[in-house]
Amino acid sequence: MTRTLAQLLPGNKGKILSISSTHISAKLVELGFISGSEVEVVFRAPLKDPIAVELNGCLISLRLDEAVNILIEDENQL
Amino acid sequence: MKIALLGNPNTGKSSIFNLLTGLRQTIGNFPGVTVEKRTGVINVSEVEHQLTDFPGVYSIYPRTKDEEVVYSALTNQQSTEHPELAIYVADASNLERNLLFFTQLYDLNIPLILVLNMWDVALKRGIEIDIEKLKNRFPDVEIITANARVGLGKNRILDAIKNWKASKRLENFIPNYKPASQDDQLKQSDEAKERFTKIRVIIRDVENENQIKLDTFSRKIDRVLLHPVFGYVIFLAILLLVFQFIFSFASIPMDFIDGLFVSLGSWFSDTLPKGMLSDLISQGIIPGIGGVLVFIPQIALLFFFISILEETGYLARVVFIMDRIMRPLGLNGKSVVPLMSSAACAIPGIMSARTIADWKERMITILVAPLMSCSARIPVYTLLISLVIPNEKILGFINLQGIVLLFLYLLGIVAAIVVSLLLKQFIGTREKGFLLLELPSYRSPRWTNVGINILEKVKVFVLDAGKIILAISIILWALATFGPSGRMEKSEKKLIQSSYYKSLSDNEKQQQLASVKLESSFIGIMGKSIEPIIKPLGFDWKIGISLITSFAAREVFVGSLATIYAVNNDSESNLKLIEKMRNEKNNQGNPVYSLASGTSLMIFYVFAMQCMATLAVVKRETQSWKWPIIQILYMGFLAYFGSFLCFQLLS
Repeated sequence: MTRTLAQLLPGNKGKILSISSTHISAKLVELGFISGSEVEVVFRAPLKDPIAVELNGCLISLRLDEAVNILIEDENQL
Repeated sequence: MKIALLGNPNTGKSSIFNLLTGLRQTIGNFPGVTVEKRTGVINVSEVEHQLTDFPGVYSIYPRTKDEEVVYSALTNQQSTEHPELAIYVADASNLERNLLFFTQLYDLNIPLILVLNMWDVALKRGIEIDIEKLKNRFPDVEIITANARVGLGKNRILDAIKNWKASKRLENFIPNYKPASQDDQLKQSDEAKERFTKIRVIIRDVENENQIKLDTFSRKIDRVLLHPVFGYVIFLAILLLVFQFIFSFASIPMDFIDGLFVSLGSWFSDTLPKGMLSDLISQGIIPGIGGVLVFIPQIALLFFFISILEETGYLARVVFIMDRIMRPLGLNGKSVVPLMSSAACAIPGIMSARTIADWKERMITILVAPLMSCSARIPVYTLLISLVIPNEKILGFINLQGIVLLFLYLLGIVAAIVVSLLLKQFIGTREKGFLLLELPSYRSPRWTNVGINILEKVKVFVLDAGKIILAISIILWALATFGPSGRMEKSEKKLIQSSYYKSLSDNEKQQQLASVKLESSFIGIMGKSIEPIIKPLGFDWKIGISLITSFAAREVFVGSLATIYAVNNDSESNLKLIEKMRNEKNNQGNPVYSLASGTSLMIFYVFAMQCMATLAVVKRETQSWKWPIIQILYMGFLAYFGSFLCFQLLS
């Protein structure tokens, strides 16, 4: 099942499938959001947005608007 | 040789910069833009090199205004900023991501020294890097390990610079590389993907296959600091603590500076032969310089705390928890720091809005920042509060005067919120904003970095704001010293001949003379001519004069009133001034400073854009006169109608 990173709950992990083409797709890729990388949602800011995710051992925060561009193979569903 | 210091954010780049240059650094701007450029001199075996610290970026392609300088300096070989050699600082514990920007530089044929910083962190997390193998991939690059936080690696870097020889790059990472244009997202992301595919092959080759240990320490702290409830409680507590510290400790050096310049002024006027020059120095220049320096303690203290919060990694968390709250206002999580700084002084606050990537969010932040009550308003607030607000306790323990002071601060904040909401409707969006931000691991602050940061901010304030405050002080002095021909002499003569004057002591005579002179000077005439406009606010021409002189800096208000009411202008005489003001009656015999007019005046100071230095900085930061003009107009509107309403309702 595929989802976007914006749909994952804290504690959920997934493998990145692809990045959709958007005004910040290059910025996402440059930060290391590339297909095949493992990503985990670690924190959600109090109003559920933005979220902080673990990627390659780093904690990166992004808004939900941005996270919807990251397609995930959801491991929690498998 | 021109050497550039480049790397990702949070790699300890500025620690390396400070390690290499110490205090031999200067801040300027990159040509044509307002991006801070830190340069330093390093001596390597008697040869001086110029080291430039570029903003930390993830790639040559810019995400914010600040980062555009990196793109233009690196891709354009004709640029005066194009480096002859680059020191690339990489976080050894996250080599994969750090190599992206590195390989771009490699393909731009920029000679490189690669510094694998935070080597200790990498080891702790179980990462081992085979430097020999890495070197095989980039044969002409010198590779060094460092741990700049504890000062390790300086000599190795200096040696590498010393031994560096120009050599031809045989094979590029991506053959025939041509950088994409600044806004071609598709080509940029394809490039990044291609690079990462190749970088992964390298990483598999040079790094061990150990399971990487996570930073559980930071994770545990984050569980508390990012908590939905405690996160905000802690942030609020930190804010309160910081401002409590600033207000209680900054007043000691401020009083000292104040006293020093008052006595310096009177020393000059006593020592120099009487005349125009003596007056210019003792009444124009010295109080002007004093008016600049008196703010340094507050600004230094505030940036002491902000730097600590930044160094430890907490500030990134503040952005994280505040972003969603600020966004409906058209602001950004990153607006919190500029607005916080503006509570000390809007100038460094507005400058720190540069980190906001979104143009619209940055503009709104800049436009509302001066509504935060800055330190120059405090003397005005204190004087007026003690004048019209009774020193009583409500419910037996809450000080009424304190409540009013708090109210004035809150009024500024509420106004900032409302104005942001309005501006959000009127300012067009240029691009979609985004917030991609690394939350770095927590670490203890590096005190040299904190110290250098404070020095920088103070320097910027003194140079940027200082020259304007000083210039306006001199102009105002001239306007207050000269008047239309004959007018001053006439009123002076009239006073001297009056029987009232003859009954005064020498000291009082001098004060009366000064007061009469001011009244018939150019500025006195200006004050009188605006009286009809400010009358509905409850102000007379004497207040009018003080409003005009406030354009140098708001706190000048107090000094001007002291001159007008002919009392000595030093801190002890505030009591005398209050007494004088309290007895001041208008034509109808009612007190000039009633609850209505006093409160109206306070409201005026909360809103009015009475700081030329801030306007100049806004002009520089936005590269146009449009925004400072909008700012002075909307704040003037708020001030006038706020005061008008307040006075009409209360009286």
